[in-house]
Amino acid sequence: MSAIPSQSVTIRSKRVAPWRRTALDLAGRGALHLVLIALSILFLVPFLWALSTSLKDEGSVFAFPPQLIPETLHWRNYTDALTTVPFGRYALNTLFLVVVRVVGNLLSCSLVAFSFARLRWRGRDVVFFILLATMMVPHEVTLIPQYIIFAKIGWVNTYLPLTVPAFFADSAFYVFLLRQFFLAIPRELDDAARVDGAGFFEIYWRIILPLSKPALIAIGIFTFQNSWNAFFGPLIYLQDRSLYTVSLGLKQFQEENYTIWTQLMAASVAIMIPTLLVFFFLQRRFVEGITFTGLKG
Amino acid sequence: MAVPAIEPAQREHWRARRWTLRENTAGWLFALPWIIGFVCFTAGPVIAALLISFTQWDVVNNPVWIGLDNYRQLLKDPSAHQALKVTTLYTVVSVPLHTALAFIIAIMLNNKLRGVGLYRTIFYLPSILPIAAIAVVWRWVLSPQYGIFNYLLSLGGIDGPQWLASPTWALPALILMSLFNIGGAMVIFLAGLQGVPRDLQEAAMVDGANWWHRQWNVTIPMMTPYILFEVVMGFIGTMQVFVQPYLMTDGGPKDATLFFLLYVYRNAFQFFSMGYASALSWVLFLYVVVLTVGIMRSARFWVYYEGQKG
Repeated sequence: MSAIPSQSVTIRSKRVAPWRRTALDLAGRGALHLVLIALSILFLVPFLWALSTSLKDEGSVFAFPPQLIPETLHWRNYTDALTTVPFGRYALNTLFLVVVRVVGNLLSCSLVAFSFARLRWRGRDVVFFILLATMMVPHEVTLIPQYIIFAKIGWVNTYLPLTVPAFFADSAFYVFLLRQFFLAIPRELDDAARVDGAGFFEIYWRIILPLSKPALIAIGIFTFQNSWNAFFGPLIYLQDRSLYTVSLGLKQFQEENYTIWTQLMAASVAIMIPTLLVFFFLQRRFVEGITFTGLKG
Repeated sequence: MAVPAIEPAQREHWRARRWTLRENTAGWLFALPWIIGFVCFTAGPVIAALLISFTQWDVVNNPVWIGLDNYRQLLKDPSAHQALKVTTLYTVVSVPLHTALAFIIAIMLNNKLRGVGLYRTIFYLPSILPIAAIAVVWRWVLSPQYGIFNYLLSLGGIDGPQWLASPTWALPALILMSLFNIGGAMVIFLAGLQGVPRDLQEAAMVDGANWWHRQWNVTIPMMTPYILFEVVMGFIGTMQVFVQPYLMTDGGPKDATLFFLLYVYRNAFQFFSMGYASALSWVLFLYVVVLTVGIMRSARFWVYYEGQKG
């Protein structure tokens, strides 16, 4: 995998005179940087704007022209916003959901991926094809029966509908990614272990999993993000406020304080922070992880 | 003499067979979590949704079989038509723009530039942040009087529209917002671009092709499988847009942002017409399947697979 980028060292055609080449190159690079910087600023504007508003006092929000840097920093917006609605509680709830989902997804998806990547069994290719096809099924169509089933067995208004499916490899995409990763691990390792008397589970647990840490970490991060950010599932399954997640908390906050922009922005920024922290601390892992998605099947 | 020679071979044969059998069983066992999940959470519900769509059901009372009535109602329901129209319009505009922007940015970042990592982070970030928070932030960004967006437009002498409050501009506003969500596509394109062989570019250069020609004739054809993937995934994704209209416009103004999933949600969880909501979701499902197959079929006219050239 890491061998691919190193090929991309530029070798230029020898027809163009060297001095012209460097001049063109410099001009091209300069123009490229200009475009990229302009786009970057554009991409950052909404978030800087939210951050700036979240630190203003109520009155200067409506100043014209808008100030990007507040005169005084009103950190109180954060404490106010996060206590009007019990965001602390909601954060713990969300964290609980996240942890359970990460564990469930890692276990179940890796087991299933191991089966597709490492074991030969009748019907495997057909089943794998079906697995890929499920990626195309829109959630809307399974939504209502799932809800009714969970309602009939009394799971609505609990965390079970949001966590149990994670233990059944509900993300075909992660299974696919892990399978691709497992396929790249040399088979000789399995054979050697087999000669030493290891069973399938031992091969999975002691050989494949330890060698797949980067892929597992990446999928752990993806699951973290998805679960922390989830909106629709919590919206339909959680009714008691004591069970709410941070996203539902934000919805509640918006309903109660539709135009208190300073606090709305503070609450929004606050629930972005865990995602940002995970991203920055694990950025390298993250990028490694997403490059798997680019692997050809 | 022959007997001892055969015996180990035969023993070997039986051992291999026993192993194959065990492997077969193990294969199914390891795949079992997904198989159970598939039956309970995907296949079963897809079929159940079809059955429910022939009933009138509020979940509390028993379902009543009403045949095709829900589908008849659907044909006459202006809101359903509006929902399909809004969702389709959004998809048709946002998926190509979104894919093109992600592709262009990926091509720009596929150079040895200083700060590439930083740029990549900045373009990637919006797509990992909680969608609810993004929706709330954009409500404020697009605020007609006090929002930063109309302020920036006013610097250019443009009198910005009412955005989310305007039936004409609410949907374009959501499309604009979707263009900030290119991170995932960009990363996939970046990964794909690393697989475009340099020697092809070199060859084209020696033949006198300029930069545009090289992109058009070498890079883009080599990238078509990734473009296809992104178009299909983008299409399926836009069919499921919910949070933005739910938190930003509540489907309005005047149903201008009544996305399909929002309409399904209202029918199912506010009016408790599970039957009608199921009929809606099945129509959407068929719509997605037909269009996805259509896109895939079109692939042989424009997607270039490296494998085919040998």
